[in-house]
Amino acid sequence: MTTRPRTVRGARRPEDQVDGRHDVPADETTGAQADMPPAGADGGGIGPADGSPGPLSWPKATIVTRHAERAPATWGLGDGQAVPWEYAPAPESRDVVTIRERYGLFINGREVQAASGETFPDVNPATEEILTHVARGGPQDVDIAVRAARTAFRRRWGALPGRERAKYLFRIARLLQERSREFAVLETMDTGKPIRESRDVDIPLAAAHFWYYAGWADKLEYAFPGRLARPLGVAAQVIPWNFPLLMLAWKIAPALAAGNTVVLKPASTTPLSALLFADVCRQADLPPGVVNIVPGPGSMGEALIRHPGVDKVAFTGSTEIGKGIARGIAGTDKVLTLELGGKAANIVFDDAPLDQAIEGIVNGIYFNQGEVCCAGSRLLVQESIADELVDRLKDRLATIRVGDPMDKNTDVGAINSKAQLEKITELVAAGVAEGATLYQPACDLPERGFFFRPTLFTNVAQSHRIAREEIFGPVLSVLTFRTPDEAVEKANNTPYGLSAGIWTDKGSRILWMTRRMRAGVVWANTFNRFDPTSPFGGYKESGYGREGGMQGLHAYVRLDDPS
Amino acid sequence: MTGGRLEVRKTYKLYVAGAFPRSESGRSYVVSGPDGTPLANAARASRKDLRDAVRAARKAFPDWADRTAMNRGQVLYRVAELMEGRREQFADELRAAEGLTAIAAREAVDRSIDRWVWYAGWADKISQVLGTVNPVAAPYFNFTIPEPTGVVGVIAPESSSLLGLVSRLAPVVVAGNTAVVVTSETRPLPAVTLAEVLATSDVPGGVINVLTGIKGELVPVLAAHADVDGLDTWGVPDDLRTGVEEAAAESVKRLGRRPLAVAERRFDWANDRATQRPEWIAAFLEMKTVWHPIGR
Repeated sequence: MTTRPRTVRGARRPEDQVDGRHDVPADETTGAQADMPPAGADGGGIGPADGSPGPLSWPKATIVTRHAERAPATWGLGDGQAVPWEYAPAPESRDVVTIRERYGLFINGREVQAASGETFPDVNPATEEILTHVARGGPQDVDIAVRAARTAFRRRWGALPGRERAKYLFRIARLLQERSREFAVLETMDTGKPIRESRDVDIPLAAAHFWYYAGWADKLEYAFPGRLARPLGVAAQVIPWNFPLLMLAWKIAPALAAGNTVVLKPASTTPLSALLFADVCRQADLPPGVVNIVPGPGSMGEALIRHPGVDKVAFTGSTEIGKGIARGIAGTDKVLTLELGGKAANIVFDDAPLDQAIEGIVNGIYFNQGEVCCAGSRLLVQESIADELVDRLKDRLATIRVGDPMDKNTDVGAINSKAQLEKITELVAAGVAEGATLYQPACDLPERGFFFRPTLFTNVAQSHRIAREEIFGPVLSVLTFRTPDEAVEKANNTPYGLSAGIWTDKGSRILWMTRRMRAGVVWANTFNRFDPTSPFGGYKESGYGREGGMQGLHAYVRLDDPS
Repeated sequence: MTGGRLEVRKTYKLYVAGAFPRSESGRSYVVSGPDGTPLANAARASRKDLRDAVRAARKAFPDWADRTAMNRGQVLYRVAELMEGRREQFADELRAAEGLTAIAAREAVDRSIDRWVWYAGWADKISQVLGTVNPVAAPYFNFTIPEPTGVVGVIAPESSSLLGLVSRLAPVVVAGNTAVVVTSETRPLPAVTLAEVLATSDVPGGVINVLTGIKGELVPVLAAHADVDGLDTWGVPDDLRTGVEEAAAESVKRLGRRPLAVAERRFDWANDRATQRPEWIAAFLEMKTVWHPIGR
């Protein structure tokens, strides 16, 4: 999430030539900002730095684009001339990944078929091709997996010195680093997220999580001074489809570091990186049963969390299902942590560094197609700069490249599933119906696959569904405020409380706002930053418990008296 | 001579700024095993070598301290990875240098490796354990974070030439300090082999500098050197101790000291509880407190 798409300032918005879904006059944007110099050295901003008219001596500019019919993005040069600008395709190779025709469940160190013998197809959302068929776990498989985890906990893992657990986790971190390209390609094929994000964010962060928690395994007495930290036992972990391997790492690394064993259910649309992780466990010589991976439907997930052999439940996903899980373990001793939905406010004050803020807003909502629980889906702009900011944001949106996730230039890839695409489409339609103003850049979408244009709504009221409900897609709702108090009021006016963003040059205001945000993570002059040392989790209906940091260990230990 | 082949013997040199010079003085001294068998000549570092080493450590400090904590952790872990591949060599050298049994030598090597791993894990945790957010009674955000102190002189334990050295050196460098090591005087050879591991690891040149020689010559100079911020005096001979600490006081050096009650030769370096201590990292950390106003 570090480098967002390269800004091509002054680019003419393609929709001006294509359709009528813009809400500003077409002539408002043409060539007007050519005085802004391109950002030369990073290879992003391209064009004559002195503003002289072309022709550009840039060889790539002549390469035929992937979508020949697409209206070319242009580079305004200040004298009314425009030079077509396109990126050459830069597809990542699939060769590093071998996807088998069938995958089983990973239980007790072995790959086994589901007791029912059933499988389910796994689809590449960018092409709609079936990648493979995966064993469909059920209650019987869950029972076997929990027993295996229990046995491994009692006989091996729970009694292993922290130093040895640490070394296993260091091994896993190293293996993930060594096989990073393979994981990145597989993750992108399975999720639809851009290869640049899986390569630069998901996989390195997943490895870093194992690395960080590896070091804690033999240092628990320093995380809980004066207390004896003991593992809980068997952890049932259910993870979502937006960051499959990263969420796996967030769950498994602290659990194993503290001495627990796990049964993990990956999301049914994205099981592949978890199954490849099973291979990493084998390569690391992890004792059988310490990690069990059981793909299956939601009903299987419910059987898992309700299993009497489970001591701890960790769930990341929707608030609705999270509430069901909390009800499901009511009346038991099971320990629960929930990381649920969000509707984060990204608050921009009039003294904010606007260039950075624009990038932060784009990163905040269009990173991973907006399929991020902490996405900055509500933009709160101070009224005095709202027009300018929205205008510049639209310019910026026109440069976002939507398409083939395997292309290294792609900014926004495919929506993870047909069902999710339908949900986004429905909520966007609701936004229009309720009277908000829609803006979408007129980019071409691939003919196959589940794609959705980056979307921006202005004239949004707090009562609109698009301002209240988690869309989990590339849809930004813009609201305005006048005073810091009003910003606080509006930002907190949601049942969620996962994250918030604050953009201002005034340090004291950042801290004043921070204290008032009812959200678990507050980003100041940045957004969507993650680190294994930094705790993550929500207030209110965004869940409870924290993942990452020392606080992340709390969720996986029972504290006893040292005596 | 073994098997009719004349072995190629190793020259034991100093390790300064990522290179292996001999002493600029051209001096060496004979190193013998516990039974008196001569093992090799070790370089006998001079005061000039020591000053060069301090300069190298100072030069390496800003980059090393600016590395991310995770990166430093990975770099130290890599030392363990590379030592793992040289276990036999280290074990042989420890048997020769310290007169250990094969089993004891191997255990000392294994623990040395694991100790790097243990301290490597602290890189991104020490500030979480020692840092604080302070609830001051005014509208200020106030926090305290540990930072490395700078260049630290490490006078290595005399008897435990590898495990003792690693146990004192790893906590010094993990948090971002750079080090000038004066090795065991009587058992310097395993430390030189460790330097060879460091040179092929990812530890940047100058972060750890290793000098062999006569402690009586080197330690007082290191203790009095004005560009050294801290001194680990664990391996300072008892008769030099007071003088060294007095010299260190001149530039207010931070000291990591062996308690008087702990006899150098009796200390059990194999005891994890006694040797895996975050306070050994903290000994060479500065605490920085930041005040920032809060207000709309």
